[in-house]
Amino acid sequence: MDKIFLIIKREYVSRVKKKSFLVVTFLVPLLFIAMWGGIIALSIQDTTSKSTINVLDDSGQIFSELQNTGSISFSEATGSSSMEKNNLQSSESSYLLIIPKNILENQNVELLSSQKASVFVIDVIRDQVENILREKQLRNAGIDLATLESIEPHLKITALEITEEGGEQESNAGIAMGIGMFSSIMIYLTLFIYGSQVMRGVIEEKNNRVVEIIISSVKPFQLMLGKIVGIGLVGLTQFLLWIVLSAALFTAAGLYVSNQMPDTFSAEEISNLQSSVPSASMAQSGLLGDIQGSIESLDVSYLITCFLIFFIGGYLLYSALFAAVGSAVDNETETQQFMLPITMPLLFTYVMSFGVLVKDPHGPLAFWLSMIPFTSPIAMMVRVPFGVPGWELVLSIVLLVGGFILTTWVAARIYRVGILMYGKKASYKELAKWFTYKK
Amino acid sequence: MLEVKDIVKQYAKHRALDRVSFQINEGSIFGLLGPNGAGKTSLIRIINQITAPDSGEITLKGETLSQRHISKIGYLPEERGLYKKMMIGEQLLYLAQLKGLSKTDAIARIKIWFEKMDMQTWWDKKVEDLSKGMQQKVQFVATVIHEPELIILDEPFSGFDPVNVDIIKNEIIDLNRKGATIIFSTHRMESVEELCDSIVLIDKSKKILDGKVSEIKNRFRNNHYVIKYNGTIPLINPEANNLFRIVSLRSQENETKATIEILEHHRINEVLGYLITQVEIKELVEIVPSIHDIFVKQVKENY
Repeated sequence: MDKIFLIIKREYVSRVKKKSFLVVTFLVPLLFIAMWGGIIALSIQDTTSKSTINVLDDSGQIFSELQNTGSISFSEATGSSSMEKNNLQSSESSYLLIIPKNILENQNVELLSSQKASVFVIDVIRDQVENILREKQLRNAGIDLATLESIEPHLKITALEITEEGGEQESNAGIAMGIGMFSSIMIYLTLFIYGSQVMRGVIEEKNNRVVEIIISSVKPFQLMLGKIVGIGLVGLTQFLLWIVLSAALFTAAGLYVSNQMPDTFSAEEISNLQSSVPSASMAQSGLLGDIQGSIESLDVSYLITCFLIFFIGGYLLYSALFAAVGSAVDNETETQQFMLPITMPLLFTYVMSFGVLVKDPHGPLAFWLSMIPFTSPIAMMVRVPFGVPGWELVLSIVLLVGGFILTTWVAARIYRVGILMYGKKASYKELAKWFTYKK
Repeated sequence: MLEVKDIVKQYAKHRALDRVSFQINEGSIFGLLGPNGAGKTSLIRIINQITAPDSGEITLKGETLSQRHISKIGYLPEERGLYKKMMIGEQLLYLAQLKGLSKTDAIARIKIWFEKMDMQTWWDKKVEDLSKGMQQKVQFVATVIHEPELIILDEPFSGFDPVNVDIIKNEIIDLNRKGATIIFSTHRMESVEELCDSIVLIDKSKKILDGKVSEIKNRFRNNHYVIKYNGTIPLINPEANNLFRIVSLRSQENETKATIEILEHHRINEVLGYLITQVEIKELVEIVPSIHDIFVKQVKENY
């Protein structure tokens, strides 16, 4: 037993001490932050360029009611439409808005520009013109605007789900969906990253021929298991550091943003951010409280526990297979043919989790995918945020444990023969033969 | 000390070892010989418990081999290998601990060996920064660091320059003198003659010869002698008395070198008595077959 511990220690320490481990550990949370900040920065930048819009108002009813905003200014066109069109070509970020005489009837305007019109500009024009038209039409129909506004209802739907204890719990399908997809990406990526580290480790030992010395001291199974556990612990360490670092960074970034918010963001810019960055809109519209409420109802520690269980289970299951593949080849380029059957179930579930599982987390496909050990780590983590009955969770975990015991057993039988075979191109037939060797 | 009994190892369609049996005496240096693909590596792996035989048994000091014997065996594989990115000191420490040494013991012994092999400054060096010969030294130390009772060396001298060959050879002799039994697998027959007490010859998965080196050589003596004498007159066999047969005869200046085979039922003294009357003898040597010759002859006959 203490020999396995020695192997685990070596695998763990030699990887954690590497520079690349530190780089990845610190870079990934920074990357997340940078992406988040980048989205905000981009959407702000898009709105800060100034545009002028020449309005050729044939109806004579609209222009007077258009209002300049921080980044868009309206001016009345003086010339004829052909003259204005010529002027357009010379200057950037200027537009010509042609409003026909019968605007109230056909509700169609033309927006001309020398370049593709910015979506932002189009939105502003649509909003303003629509409002103007609505007001005019309402007035024409004899409806009092003040009365209309006062009776406009504002409905908020609170989706409640009945928990097993019989109580009611606030649920938010959007957040669950987000967390489900995030978990599925994380599990998919990490299974591959750490699985292939196991494979590379095995190939390295085989190539170095150091494996023959090691297995004259320990059993091949001990070596394989030690490697798998050691690298798995590296993965868990990395998760832990990511969680801690991300939490720290997000808190810091959140504080910074909320301090800067009132000064640098005009109300209009924030309202424009609503479409692209939900977090910014929350702060402004007062929805924040609602969302926070639903995050709290999600029980983060339960989610993290599930994530870790399914990561560990999936990792043990797949890394054993990765180890077997590593033992069967002489170098990494030969791994291709054996990788396909390992990648397929993962890729399939990954794709399914976006297309089907998040939309129908309690359907039959979701159920079966979250029971089969090869697909359950991803499929179950998509479902967990939506709430999964306890018995399904337990059954899935039991099957997963059974699954990795099976794959580890099969892999170990191939591994112990494979690591001593050199210069022999292995086929599936060969692997099956190795599997049946006595020892 | 080590007894190999009726070992059979079968791979799918190929039988690597076919009822191989032999014994190795305690404190001996034992040569495990055979052409490429004969089954030596399979046998070494079985002794190291890397693989198991299909039938047969190996006993070490009368006990069937088991996991507890692992710390008593040191193995230097033919294909050398170490972790390239790991520091020498850590690497030796790791390998020694895997063999069951405690950390403090391991460090103390590594230091002794570092001094012995003149590698005191190597602890923090990485394997990839060493020359091949230096790596071999590290590998040798890794093999013997836990003071095994049985040391298995597969081609221990390959990759060493003559100076280092001598260093390693002396270490092997020294370890043997301190009581270690050594199994020595090599294709270099001159080192077999120099070091080994006994050998086994395996060919095509079967044992074809084993025993003490001196006995085997005796068994393969074929009554050939080299005689040098003054003058150039050819030797003549006495008429009607088939004493010997001349295998070759070569004269140079005023000296002749003849190889003769003494025929059955005759002895060297009879031949000598006859020759003395003919020529002035300068030298008489029996041709004892070398292990090399025996190896080649046996393997060819087995073809």
